Amino acid sequence: MTGTESCIISLRGVTKYYNGEAVLRGINLDIHDKEFITLLGPSGCGKTTTLRIIGGFVTPDEGDVYFNGRRVNDVPPYKRPVNTVFQKYALFPHLNVYDNIAFGPRLRKVPESEISRRVKEMLELVNLRGFERRSVNSLSGGQQQRVAIARALINDPKVLLLDEPLGALDLKLRKDMQVELKNIQQQMSITFIYVTHDQEEALSMSDTVVVMDTGEIQQIGTPEEIYNEPDNAFVADFIGESNILDGTMVSDFDVVIFGRHFECLDKGFEKNEPVDVVVRPEDIDIVSVEEGMLSGVVTNVTFKGLHYEIIIDIEGFKWMVQTTDFWPVAAVVGIKIDPDAIHIMKKSKYSGAFGDYSSFSEELDKLSELEAQPEQPPVEEEIID
Amino acid sequence: MNKRSLGARLAAAPYMVWSVLFVVAPLIMVGYYAITDSTGAFTVANFAQLGTYSDIFIRSIWFSLIATLICLVIAYPIAYTIAMRRERSQRVLVMLVMLPMWMNFLLRTYSWMAILEDTGVINTLIGYFGIKPFHMINTPGAVILGMVYNFLPYMILPIYSVLAKLERSMIEAAQDLGAGRFQVLTKIILPHSMPGIASGLTMVFVPSVSTFYISQKLGGGKFDLIGDTIERQFQTSYNYHLGAAISFVLMILILVCISVLNKFTVDDEGGLLI
Repeated sequence: MTGTESCIISLRGVTKYYNGEAVLRGINLDIHDKEFITLLGPSGCGKTTTLRIIGGFVTPDEGDVYFNGRRVNDVPPYKRPVNTVFQKYALFPHLNVYDNIAFGPRLRKVPESEISRRVKEMLELVNLRGFERRSVNSLSGGQQQRVAIARALINDPKVLLLDEPLGALDLKLRKDMQVELKNIQQQMSITFIYVTHDQEEALSMSDTVVVMDTGEIQQIGTPEEIYNEPDNAFVADFIGESNILDGTMVSDFDVVIFGRHFECLDKGFEKNEPVDVVVRPEDIDIVSVEEGMLSGVVTNVTFKGLHYEIIIDIEGFKWMVQTTDFWPVAAVVGIKIDPDAIHIMKKSKYSGAFGDYSSFSEELDKLSELEAQPEQPPVEEEIID
Repeated sequence: MNKRSLGARLAAAPYMVWSVLFVVAPLIMVGYYAITDSTGAFTVANFAQLGTYSDIFIRSIWFSLIATLICLVIAYPIAYTIAMRRERSQRVLVMLVMLPMWMNFLLRTYSWMAILEDTGVINTLIGYFGIKPFHMINTPGAVILGMVYNFLPYMILPIYSVLAKLERSMIEAAQDLGAGRFQVLTKIILPHSMPGIASGLTMVFVPSVSTFYISQKLGGGKFDLIGDTIERQFQTSYNYHLGAAISFVLMILILVCISVLNKFTVDDEGGLLI
């Protein structure tokens, strides 16, 4: 294989069917050594299946998986140089913390004295000094999570797979663990492949983000690239907030929205090519009507702590603007958009699926309903010093 | 604060009455009969006689131990196979395991007589192939077979129920950490199923050791077991006092056996059914 030599793991055209339905379609992915890579997408996008294929728990129906250039499609999990932190930790309830962590080295017949030293080291690493004899059932969710990480890392894997490891933790703890995981990855200097549906988590931890939807990769890039230069409307909508408008690329650096010309930094499109235009809400300035490039009426204002979220109706399209200045509902205002705040995307199958914020309040209702009944109740965490 | 409400105590009352009437009172009566003679005077003579029954005690325990172990060996793979199926087929298979228990116990034992007899089903069948008939009925093997057949479901069900609760991710985690098929079995699945095995052992051993009738029908009366002896004291000899004494000792023996068993299968999840 060409181009896979520098990669620790490569997927080539990986496809998987469940009950005749494709859950992965032709995934091509190169994972580099010592990289923190995140598979990000909504549930059902195929991110967990991809991870399980790398772990060896699922065999692809088509395509190949390479570890260091060697095809490993049929290598069972226990012979792969990877370890996994499972979504619900999967600790062994009949073993205490020490024996859980020592499970891997004992299978490899490492001398007990060496195991004892390594377990100590691992407990130190995950901040669980002195927990050796505790039963895993007596631990809080966050502590179980740390044991699961220690149990995986003690085997010196080249790659650690993490399947939504923070999904069951509450928000505050999740943030702390994000920092901690990133530190552990740098300290051990190994590759982390991380699965999550939380875009904020993905952006703050990763070297590389892989955005997936409906079994396909939508975009691969650094967090900055993914956020600032989304490839299509799905990525723009899934990562952060976006106003996605229909526009026409009249010529290089000149896009027409609502019949008005805007200067932008994008080029290389056909003359008069229809495009999707993304403007992030925090990049829009609210000004007086005279100064504005477009003008409209404020229909909704929400205080968010750091800023106000203001919905402005401009010729029927509801824009979201995030600003620290307060504007009252019914105020007539103008908006100003700098050239570097405009991002142009080619039309895709997602065009038109995401648009303005006219259904915003409904969307919010739906979201808060979902949050009111989480799939897994967050686990209370006690403070560890 | 420690006082329970009147309602809670009222709700518990029927169960209290039930246990006093049907558990505590009979136990006291057995104890009373065991330490008295026919005139109602205190005596230890009933227990003094027990020495003559020691070979029956030993035989009962021996047969039951063998039957229990055979049950374990047969039941474990069955329980495992059922537990690894999809949920719908699991229900059907569990139903099939329980189905024979809906049939009368005496009827099932009689059928085995018909199967094992010298001119029974098996010997007739192998006769067609020119094989000489085996003598099977009225042997220790036939008695143990009867126990295994009748009590096997009590071994399968508890083991199945703990295995069904074993999460798939637990097995995957072990594989991920380097365990092959055999190590997954010995290091994860077996330890996880210990509480089920312990319940199964108890639930088969206890009825086996106290059973009557199986030995009378399949052993031809040659292998008296404790259950048969107790039955005889009450039904034919009308010696309630000796019968009570034997029952009493049997009860203590069973308690000892169970506590020994539980020592080997320490369980902190409270999975024991008995």
